[in-house]
Amino acid sequence: MRELLLCAPDYYGIEYEINPWMSRARGAETELVKSQWQGLHKTLVALGAKIDLVPPQPKLPDMVFTANAGLTVGRQFIPSNFRHQERAGEAPHFARWMESRGYEILWLPKELYFEGEGDALFGGDALFCGYKFRSDIQSHRAVADMLGCLVISIELVDPRFYHLDTCFCPLPDGSAVWFPAAFDEYGQRAIRGHVSDLIDVEEEEAKTFCCNAVVLGRDIVLPEGAPNLVRTLESRDYRCHQLPMSEFLKAGGACKCLTMFLPQREKL
Amino acid sequence: MFSETIELRGHIIDSLILPKVLDEILSRGANFKMLEVKIGERRADQSFARIEVSAPTSDALSDLILRLRQHGAEVEEKGDAQLAVAPADGIFPADFFVTTNQQTFVRNNGEEYEVRPAMMDSGIAFDRATKRARTVRFADLRKGMEIVVGHQGVRIVPVQRVTERTDVFQFLNAMLSAERPKGAVIREIAREFEVARKTKQTVLVVAGASVIHTGAAEYLEQLINWGYIKLLFAGNAMAVYDIESTLFGTALGVNLEHAALTDSGHENHMRAINVVRSAGGIAGLVKRGTLTRGIMHACVTRGVEFVLTGSIRDDGPLPEVITDSVEAQRIMREKIEGVTLALLLGTMLHSFAVANLLPASVKTVVVDINPSAVAKLTDQQTFQALGLVTDIEPFLRELVHCLEQLRTEPK
Repeated sequence: MRELLLCAPDYYGIEYEINPWMSRARGAETELVKSQWQGLHKTLVALGAKIDLVPPQPKLPDMVFTANAGLTVGRQFIPSNFRHQERAGEAPHFARWMESRGYEILWLPKELYFEGEGDALFGGDALFCGYKFRSDIQSHRAVADMLGCLVISIELVDPRFYHLDTCFCPLPDGSAVWFPAAFDEYGQRAIRGHVSDLIDVEEEEAKTFCCNAVVLGRDIVLPEGAPNLVRTLESRDYRCHQLPMSEFLKAGGACKCLTMFLPQREKL
Repeated sequence: MFSETIELRGHIIDSLILPKVLDEILSRGANFKMLEVKIGERRADQSFARIEVSAPTSDALSDLILRLRQHGAEVEEKGDAQLAVAPADGIFPADFFVTTNQQTFVRNNGEEYEVRPAMMDSGIAFDRATKRARTVRFADLRKGMEIVVGHQGVRIVPVQRVTERTDVFQFLNAMLSAERPKGAVIREIAREFEVARKTKQTVLVVAGASVIHTGAAEYLEQLINWGYIKLLFAGNAMAVYDIESTLFGTALGVNLEHAALTDSGHENHMRAINVVRSAGGIAGLVKRGTLTRGIMHACVTRGVEFVLTGSIRDDGPLPEVITDSVEAQRIMREKIEGVTLALLLGTMLHSFAVANLLPASVKTVVVDINPSAVAKLTDQQTFQALGLVTDIEPFLRELVHCLEQLRTEPK
């Protein structure tokens, strides 16, 4: 059974603007927020996932996006160093919670920005890491040192897809869903060199954050609005669970941003 | 060129970060040199590359480095140059850095400063207050000056080979022996002279007495009159024989027309010296109307600066001759600033002395009948030295002839 960390959206709202999706003029509707988040929670439980909840904190609206808490491998947790001051306050809460659950905390040097699972996804035996908008490439090297695994660093070039998990989603059969234009030419080549079976997503569907999906075996939980991708995935025997995510998209997040795997990998 | 050394670490091969960084360097008109690459052996092993990046300007380099940092490049920490105080006048601290004639930079507080002038066999004094780095020789060294010691923080930039066009200095450090035809090379040298004149560069001639003995004085005089030469270095003898030949038609008693000893000819150079001394110097003799032609006359009338230096075998010497060799070296060093082309004619020791003072960027032509003199100078001396083994007279005659043709060529 997969274990996932979520955070209830009690304090969620658009209170600052740190990516192109955010606009304080376009706030989230509280009732919809609640029902959309509960929809995700219910779906994940129904798919057999064990859900842990970290207590939300006032004045930290984005804590709901637990994927950016850090990266968990086995019993080790590498907390994020957030680039934006607005989110930096989340880190100690996540670290304390993880510590209380018995995880060993591996802190990165303070000067290296790293935004956890949002920018670090395992595909095969490699850890794919995005850099530039949020994480620094220097943090990838430190993560590789800590974990002793191959890290593929990929430059993100489209500010709308500022985290790796907004444009890249590895699948358990060794393939991956991606939006190629979110990466520079070298990043695209590096991904192609390590993932032989890639499912391209067109821009219209990528904008619905369909790559921001939670993959639980053959079940894929993704935001609604990407019929072509859903068709492709279903033809490959995946079961797609499409959820409304409009209120979280206003902050530049969706299903995957709202969850963190505990752990993402049992062992390397 | 300005340069920094960067380091890349991590899975830079699998992530294609290394090729990306190298492409970025080239696409921005900069260059790189791979200093070290270590490729990880196992899949999880990280790799390492140390790369020297160079760009034409300091700004271009910082812009580039800023971009490369985004891809994980770390700039290698370069230490400042180590400084030690000169313990006494004329004494360098132990382990002082000895200069070459190449462009050199020293680092202080993370910034690089060019050492001026570029001159070999000197030390480097650095003034922290003015941030000036300059070459100093024993004679100029004063107690308490801060001198660069060791090699840390010192960067030497070799003269770049000319790639955009083929010029005569493509024969870099080459020597044309007596058996080789020289017409084409002299034509090229003439072109360099013409370019130097048109662009108001400073051409230096170092002339030995053989210029007079071989009967080449009239050609050198012609070069001066045409305005090709801006600076002349010579010994007492060259000036004495030049004046002797003008006044008496002989050089050390040998009639230059008939190449035969004249009666009592050996007295002529002494009489010439005496005349100059009585006139208070060469300029005085010209003013008096006694000296009406020749190399020294041309220098005086054309305002070409000359530095005459003495030796222990000198007769006289002439009033202008500097007999203190340390002082002579200092003055020559001062005058040399700005020279771009140097012609060293038939005087091995004087040529050595000058070559030691020249930066590597100065194009140098050495002409001597003695192959070993030419070889020594081209081997030891500057990067851009061209040697011709030939008598001085045919060389200068041909050079003047080529220049005459260039000057009459339709524009």
